[in-house]
Amino acid sequence: MLNLWRFLSRYNIVFLFLIYFVLSIILLVQNNDFQRSSTYNSSNQLIGTIYERVNAIDKFLSLTEVNDSLARENVLLRNQLKANFLEDSITTKQITDTIHKVKYEYIVGEVVNKSITSRNNYLTINKGSKQGIKKGMGVIGPNGVVGIVWNVSENFTTIQSILHSDTRITASIEGTPYFGPLIWTGENPRIVTLTDIPNQFNLKKNQKVITSGLGVIFPKGILIGTVEQAGLKGTGSFLDVSVKLATNFYAIQYVYVIKNNYQKEQEDLELLNKKSTNE
Amino acid sequence: MNKLISNTLRFFILIFVQVFMLKNTITYGLNVPYLYILFILLLPFETPNWLLFLLAFIMGISIDLFNDTLGLHASACTVLALFRILLISITVQKDNYDHDPEPSLGLMGFRWFFFYVLILTFIHHFFLLNFEVFKISETPSTLIRVILSSIFTVILIFVSELLFFKKKQRK
Repeated sequence: MLNLWRFLSRYNIVFLFLIYFVLSIILLVQNNDFQRSSTYNSSNQLIGTIYERVNAIDKFLSLTEVNDSLARENVLLRNQLKANFLEDSITTKQITDTIHKVKYEYIVGEVVNKSITSRNNYLTINKGSKQGIKKGMGVIGPNGVVGIVWNVSENFTTIQSILHSDTRITASIEGTPYFGPLIWTGENPRIVTLTDIPNQFNLKKNQKVITSGLGVIFPKGILIGTVEQAGLKGTGSFLDVSVKLATNFYAIQYVYVIKNNYQKEQEDLELLNKKSTNE
Repeated sequence: MNKLISNTLRFFILIFVQVFMLKNTITYGLNVPYLYILFILLLPFETPNWLLFLLAFIMGISIDLFNDTLGLHASACTVLALFRILLISITVQKDNYDHDPEPSLGLMGFRWFFFYVLILTFIHHFFLLNFEVFKISETPSTLIRVILSSIFTVILIFVSELLFFKKKQRK
């Protein structure tokens, strides 16, 4: 012990130097990024290789976990896609007319779901009661009539299309005063049948079939389709007219919901008639 | 006691000068004078080794704290302290002097003091700048900076020593 002390005191310079020098080098390496990185780079060649090998095994073992977390992240990211968001903006086409009062307004909607091949077909659009859509409103496409609003939620609307057994749209042939209900027999999604047309007409192919303007749903004169074929009904006094639809339900993407600003007034008045006849 | 006060004062003055004035004097983008080592150079001969190392270390750390280079100046100062001990043990025989010699220009003579400062400054700067660069491959280009910085520092040390030289003569 004494010898050790003697040794230390004789070479105390070296020891003192080493103590402080090592201390300062440690500080230097630990606290300065550049020195740290270059020290680690040179000294970690061997250790780094070992770590890499071990990490490779570790990575493989935790693949399940990683997959799970990636899947979760995918869901998260997918939820942020633009296509997932509702378009909330209200796009109404409104004609500002100071002489005429606006009777019909159009609300544009994008088709987000549709069926064509069923017996009763529906469409779903991304506009709803927020945009002022109500049950029973008429819906048209860029080419012609599409259907009638069925159910409405806050942001969505289902449309009962013409290709539905219950849809009755009153149509007339352009240039004639006569009208009848349109029905779909459920065979061909491009053909509907216009019934109850008096048989004295000599119908030509490609004559336009338009909305009659009767009722409160559609304005007058909106295209439905063209006459494909006219044939006699069983008893002979009325014609069944095959109408080729103007709307291609396979391709339809955007529709316009028609809002009748005077619907309520008209309906109330007509209801009054019913009441008074009942009395 | 007198020495203690003067050295303490020198300690703080040199830190102030180094950190707030010399840090910004970069000549030709190459070198910065490191005048603060004058504190270590001027410590009395009879300073015990442990105290010398400790003071050198503290001085270096103080500069580091201001420069955000923790450990850099401290390590260079520790090296400087080691070489100071070695150099003094080789060149100074304490018996030759009448009473407590001090490593100053006035007491030791120009020749000894000049080489003392020159060698130690060069050593300190060499280690300091090489620790800073931390690449052996860049040592030659660092050496130019070391030499330029050393010249600058030595000139400053002599200027400051001459300023205090007269005072001490009067004493």
